[in-house]
Amino acid sequence: MNQKEGQIRIPAGCAIAGVFSRSGERMDGSAIMEAMTVMHDRSNGLGGGFAAYGIYPEYRELYAFHVFYDDTAAKTRCEEFLDRHFDIVNLSKIPVRKVKAITGEPLIWRYFMNPHPGRLADSQLEEKEYTARCVIRINREFTGAYVFSSGKNMGVFKAVGFPEDVGRFYRLEEYAGHCWTAHGRYPTNTPGWWGGAHPFGLLDYTIVHNGEISSYDANRRWIEMFGYHCSLLTDTEVITYIIDYLHRRLGLTLEEAAAVIAAPFWQEIEAMPEEKKQQLTYLRSNFSSLLVTGPFSILLGYQSGMMALNDRLKLRSMVAAEKGSRLYVASEESAIRKMEPQPDRIWAPAGGEPVIAALY
Amino acid sequence: MVREFLYPEYEVFRNAGRCNSCRRCVTECANQVHYYDDKTGAMAERNEACVNCHRCVAYCPQKALKIIKSDHCFKANANWSRHTIEEVYRQADGGGVLLSSMGTPLDFPNYWDRLLLNASQVTNPSIDPLREPMETRVYLGPKTQEIRRDSRGRLADNRPKRLELSSPILFSAMSFGSLSLNAHTALAKAAQALGTLYNTGEGGLHRTLYPYGANTIVQVASGRFGVHKEYLAAGAAIEIKMGQGAKPGIGGHLPGYKNVGEVARTRMTPDGSDAISPAPHHDIYSIEDLRQLVYSLKEATDYQKPVIIKIAAVHNVGAIASGIARSGADIIAIDGFRGGTGAAPTRIRDNVGIPVELALAAVDRRLRQEGIRGNVSLIAGGSIHSSADVAKAIALGADAVYIGTAALLAMGCHLCRSCQLGRCNWGIATQVAELSRRLDPEEAAQRLVNLVTAWTHEIKELMGGMGINSIEALGGNRLMLRAVGLNEKELEILGVKHAGE
Repeated sequence: MNQKEGQIRIPAGCAIAGVFSRSGERMDGSAIMEAMTVMHDRSNGLGGGFAAYGIYPEYRELYAFHVFYDDTAAKTRCEEFLDRHFDIVNLSKIPVRKVKAITGEPLIWRYFMNPHPGRLADSQLEEKEYTARCVIRINREFTGAYVFSSGKNMGVFKAVGFPEDVGRFYRLEEYAGHCWTAHGRYPTNTPGWWGGAHPFGLLDYTIVHNGEISSYDANRRWIEMFGYHCSLLTDTEVITYIIDYLHRRLGLTLEEAAAVIAAPFWQEIEAMPEEKKQQLTYLRSNFSSLLVTGPFSILLGYQSGMMALNDRLKLRSMVAAEKGSRLYVASEESAIRKMEPQPDRIWAPAGGEPVIAALY
Repeated sequence: MVREFLYPEYEVFRNAGRCNSCRRCVTECANQVHYYDDKTGAMAERNEACVNCHRCVAYCPQKALKIIKSDHCFKANANWSRHTIEEVYRQADGGGVLLSSMGTPLDFPNYWDRLLLNASQVTNPSIDPLREPMETRVYLGPKTQEIRRDSRGRLADNRPKRLELSSPILFSAMSFGSLSLNAHTALAKAAQALGTLYNTGEGGLHRTLYPYGANTIVQVASGRFGVHKEYLAAGAAIEIKMGQGAKPGIGGHLPGYKNVGEVARTRMTPDGSDAISPAPHHDIYSIEDLRQLVYSLKEATDYQKPVIIKIAAVHNVGAIASGIARSGADIIAIDGFRGGTGAAPTRIRDNVGIPVELALAAVDRRLRQEGIRGNVSLIAGGSIHSSADVAKAIALGADAVYIGTAALLAMGCHLCRSCQLGRCNWGIATQVAELSRRLDPEEAAQRLVNLVTAWTHEIKELMGGMGINSIEALGGNRLMLRAVGLNEKELEILGVKHAGE
């Protein structure tokens, strides 16, 4: 039997795309699905997925968990845990349509919940930290259960298949959000596990990523000191934890976090004005084990924005464009033109230079 | 009466056809191996005095000399080797502790050679160090997990003082006294030229070397030789030597015939007396005492100098390091048992301690398990043979490495392992003026610079092959390592997979 993510480290090439409306205008999922079809050859049918923000306005204050279960026994065990740690306001199967190309689906459930107030108080943790620890614990300890989405007013949808088929399977044209990111995967073997598809999410952070980072184990072994557990052994997982740690837990700005992950070269830092030089020297030397090397292009989705970032040598293609209040990013320009044929501006962001769009 | 003659282990071979009796070998050899025999009218030799240092071989204008291993033998015996038998004779004769120099020559496993590095193929690109920046700069010192900002929202650097190195290679502790002043000067000059540091060892700092303070680690060892306020203030960092790989559990010993003149003055000891350090620090009998010494030294230097704790790799090294990482120290140096320069009792050198590879892996893992790896940086030393060993040490979890033996080799040492005799023909481990002046500090410094520069180039090539363009991304990156021929337990301790996995 093939080993799945977590039992083995699997390199993968990929396609990514994203669109963000700064004005908060909601778009349905059809455009981003179209964009992924033109990059069909960048995936090989072994993983596709989407993240959408602003899709659950009626439950905007609740954590939305999307969970894969291998069987009902796993579901029972996990729900017992969820019941103990959260007040579940609503639960249901995630609606899907039968698509010929998508097979072997697990049980796919959605929960809208609040942390259990008593438990939360006892834990002496901040609400997000409490929730994050619950997610990490389920994914680490509950065999057959996998939380693949855990933020508020957002959701991840992913499966084994080509991204356009995955989108149709999840009926994404029926969701509307102000931000969409998408991923098509080209892994180098055939794990066939839905949890291994991307985006990877923790709380409202999601990452889609194209690349294979060479710093993986340096990053993993460092971040695991801070309560994270890399159960999938994928780049995307570790990058998500790094951003969660730097941005949410330490309170660095996204620009500062980007300067850690894709730090400028020392020769560039030396040439900067004194104050900037000091700040970047501090970030780079203090978080040296969170520097990510090797090729990557990532799209980070979070509650109020989206950030695109390339490795500092730009070893993966990534193009950005703007039209009105919208920011588009994709591995290939063709995907952007599919969503917006006439952008106001289109450019290739330099390596290590974050492109950030936030709600007005 | 028992009469014993230990036949020399090495013999001088002189090519009679080439030798023209110029007597250069007589001049070069401080051990008086060579002489001109008036009776025969030819050069002759006292093989029993030869330490096999190759000085005569290198300087013979006629290239007439070589040293060969003697084929003299005892009756074959797999249980009692010639060495073992002769050691018994020597001790029966003299009643003393056997002394030897440099690291153990015995055939213990070398784990570096059982580890292989990765390279990128297809799924990610290798990076060309000739065409792209390839970064080897390292900072040593604690990292903070607490972000502070000033009133304008700028990040405030709240960390203790750190060390900046252009390459993750430092020269390890070797004292003035064990080494000649010229050798020490060469290390200081090379450290300055390279943007790294050398280490005074336990001999104090000669006044002519104070200008190299920014590239100097000043050591405080159990004898406190040469330690005073000005000395502490002179260096960039202070190292407390708790132990060293070649002789864990005992202190240093500089024989009186080396502790003379400037050496004795620098150590603040009587001229010609043996300088013997106590086995323990008598103010450190436990971890809480260490903490007090760390802070005493920091107080004495206004918190401007990082403090390094150097320990020998011993059985419980993980727990020891974990205690040190909570003691206020900034850096831990781990010295493996195969390492060692200078003199050590043979039995201790060959039987006490553990290999640095296993110690480093255990310490790095332990500190991470406890979430305190950021409290300290790690320097690994004790038998780093090449740039590949450096890269492997960093991938296992070191921030930088100490090199000692390799640095001596660069200066001309031929590993004859006779430092304790004080008659180093290469001018390195001697205080005899005629010998030490053989070492030109400028030339030796240049050779040290060449070595570290070459190694740094090689490290860059290895990194580039792995698709890594900054040394930070190699730090603790054990997936870049695979082992060959190690058993499950060794793999578990090293935290690496076997080749093919």
